[in-house]
Amino acid sequence: MKILVCISKTPDTTAKIAFTDNNTKFATAGVQWIINPYDEWYALIRAIEIKEKDSSASITLVNVGGVDAEPIIRKALALGGDEAIRISHDPQESYDTAVQISAIAKDGGFDLILTGRETIDYLGSSVGGMLSEMLDLPYVAMATKLELTGKTATVTREIEGGVEICEVELPVVISCQKGMAEARIPNMRGIMAARTKPLKVVEPIAVEAMTSTLSFELPPPKAGVKLVDADNVEELVRLLHDEAKVI
Amino acid sequence: MPVLVFIDQSEGQVKKASLEALTYGAKLAEQLGTHAEGVLLGKVTEDPSLLGKYGVKKIHHVDHDELTHLDSQVYTKVIAEVATSMGAKLIIFSNNADGKTIAPRLSVKLKAALVTGAIALPETGDGFMVRKNVFSGKAFANISLKTDIKIIALNPNAYKIVSGEGTAEVVSFAAQIESPKVKVTQTDKITGSVPLSEAERVVSAGRGLKGPENWGMIEELAEELNAALACSRPVADTNWRPHHEHVGQTGLAIAPNLYIAIGISGAIQHLAGVNRSKVIVVINKDAEAPFFKAADYGIVGDAFEIVPKLTAAIKNKKANG
Ligand SMILES: Cc1cc2nc3c(=O)[nH]c(=O)nc-3n(C[C@H](O)[C@H](O)[C@H](O)COP(=O)(O)OP(=O)(O)OC[C@H]3O[C@@H](n4cnc5c(N)ncnc54)[C@H](O)[C@@H]3O)c2cc1C
Ligand SMILES: Cc1cc2nc3c(=O)[nH]c(=O)nc-3n(C[C@H](O)[C@H](O)[C@H](O)COP(=O)(O)OP(=O)(O)OC[C@H]3O[C@@H](n4cnc5c(N)ncnc54)[C@H](O)[C@@H]3O)c2cc1C
Repeated sequence: MKILVCISKTPDTTAKIAFTDNNTKFATAGVQWIINPYDEWYALIRAIEIKEKDSSASITLVNVGGVDAEPIIRKALALGGDEAIRISHDPQESYDTAVQISAIAKDGGFDLILTGRETIDYLGSSVGGMLSEMLDLPYVAMATKLELTGKTATVTREIEGGVEICEVELPVVISCQKGMAEARIPNMRGIMAARTKPLKVVEPIAVEAMTSTLSFELPPPKAGVKLVDADNVEELVRLLHDEAKVI
Repeated sequence: MPVLVFIDQSEGQVKKASLEALTYGAKLAEQLGTHAEGVLLGKVTEDPSLLGKYGVKKIHHVDHDELTHLDSQVYTKVIAEVATSMGAKLIIFSNNADGKTIAPRLSVKLKAALVTGAIALPETGDGFMVRKNVFSGKAFANISLKTDIKIIALNPNAYKIVSGEGTAEVVSFAAQIESPKVKVTQTDKITGSVPLSEAERVVSAGRGLKGPENWGMIEELAEELNAALACSRPVADTNWRPHHEHVGQTGLAIAPNLYIAIGISGAIQHLAGVNRSKVIVVINKDAEAPFFKAADYGIVGDAFEIVPKLTAAIKNKKANG
């Protein structure tokens, strides 16, 4: 069982969101970087759980990013990845990212390719789907559970107002979200071992981008809260009805 | 060049998110001086021609048993065939679970630039620019699409459904359907309640409620408002409430018209999932709770006293106008 886990780097969830260069670049000064939570908590940890049950399984991590992504790659190795590949490239869009990963995945012989549901910065929710089309593999998005029986994966995926359980033969691409696994923290042994685990750096392939980000904007600040007295809930109902017109 | 809208159905019912996409597609077509058509896969219970009232002129219906459930490979092939046959240059999806599954594949197949999470009509004067949410709803980005064919996935609840007169011409589209590799064995729907992702009103509660036994009053308020239920992450993590109710950075991101937060402190990760709500009401006993900064209306006080009173006041308002 060969598992590929796609790991992206995102600002910490409490990072201040601001832009520089005439609102064309995210202001990275002082930002703490983390493994995108969906990639870490759900995709990677589920892969580790699978490996704990099947010792023949191996976990390869892939990241498309600059050298500044190496700390989060090392953390993922400390959690339990076996080896990592960094494609040395600052991706500008989901398509570019997917092309780079597909080049690694094509000849890698992976049975299972796991991604997160989406990155929490650019919210593309696209890399997994694009990758599966490039590899001509089935794709299940927003999975909340994954069980393997031999070469068959049983996957639960979210749909509006419920869930759907499906079966699919490996190899398959799956995007993961809450429910897949429980978050863990790396232990000392993992951190020590991660230092010597292989992290290979490869060159990107040339891609003509299909989109470009022209500018960013922050939403206008809220006008401020209107407080209603606790003894006067009727007033709140009146405001919601007459002023906000939402009830 | 007509605009093509993907019409998403589940168990024969066209989804609300698709009605938004249809309205958006029709409006975009008008902006570009063309018209909108729809593509509908699988069986539906209502006559699809009725969808004409959302502004689509024609619907390509592929009525086939193998299309009952979504398999992204099968769906992508069929939609690509329809798009190619009619020469569509713009394809609209809802950015819901199905849209997120199909649109990226179709983007690769048709070599079409994709923007997911669009929140407004594109600017089409000089170039083609779409506005989308980024950084968990804390900012917007303006994305330029540079290819001949373009795909937009519209965020649920971002575009208001408009319906008028009109019926659509329904044509059955004969496509080669392969057998799906993803086989759905079971569907579990939470019946009787509004799906959270589609809900116009949401009542949400947090750790301030003390325990799962206290959710009765929350459910009553939600019922009175015809609202869906949501909760903060620790509430779902401790199994006070089911996981699908968890909203926030790591849960569902929603954008209802009304979000009522009860006994939730308003942590940045919680706000990330709800800050696109049009109106936010906060009920919290701590006047310093960060949520008040993100709220439109608030009551400082004990939820156990306020919530039943609020439910009664709404009931009263409904009865007496
Ligand atoms: C609208 C938009 C605007 C952007 N603007 C900028 C910008 O201004 N500056 C800039 O530098 N970049 C920008 N990007 C590019 C972005 O940094 C990369 O595309 C990023 O790698 C993927 O983001 P995504 O939201 O497309 O990923 P998603 O499709 O949401 O990611 C899904 C999953 O794919 C995997 N994955 C995603 N990215 C990587 C990766 N790099 N390596 C390994 N696995 C990965 C992860 O498992 C992730 O959970 C933008 C992207 C989008 C969609
Ligand atoms: C990476 C990361 C991701 C996260 N993702 C999410 C996420 O997706 N969603 C999410 O919700 N959280 C998320 N969190 C957790 C988040 O930081 C907060 O811990 C969480 O939102 C707090 O939940 P809460 O508001 O219910 O509880 P608390 O913070 O404990 O707040 C309870 C509130 O109830 C009020 N209260 C108490 N008693 C009463 C009463 N009788 N009447 C009225 N009010 C009362 C208190 O004043 C307090 O403000 C994430 C954290 C991290 C680090």
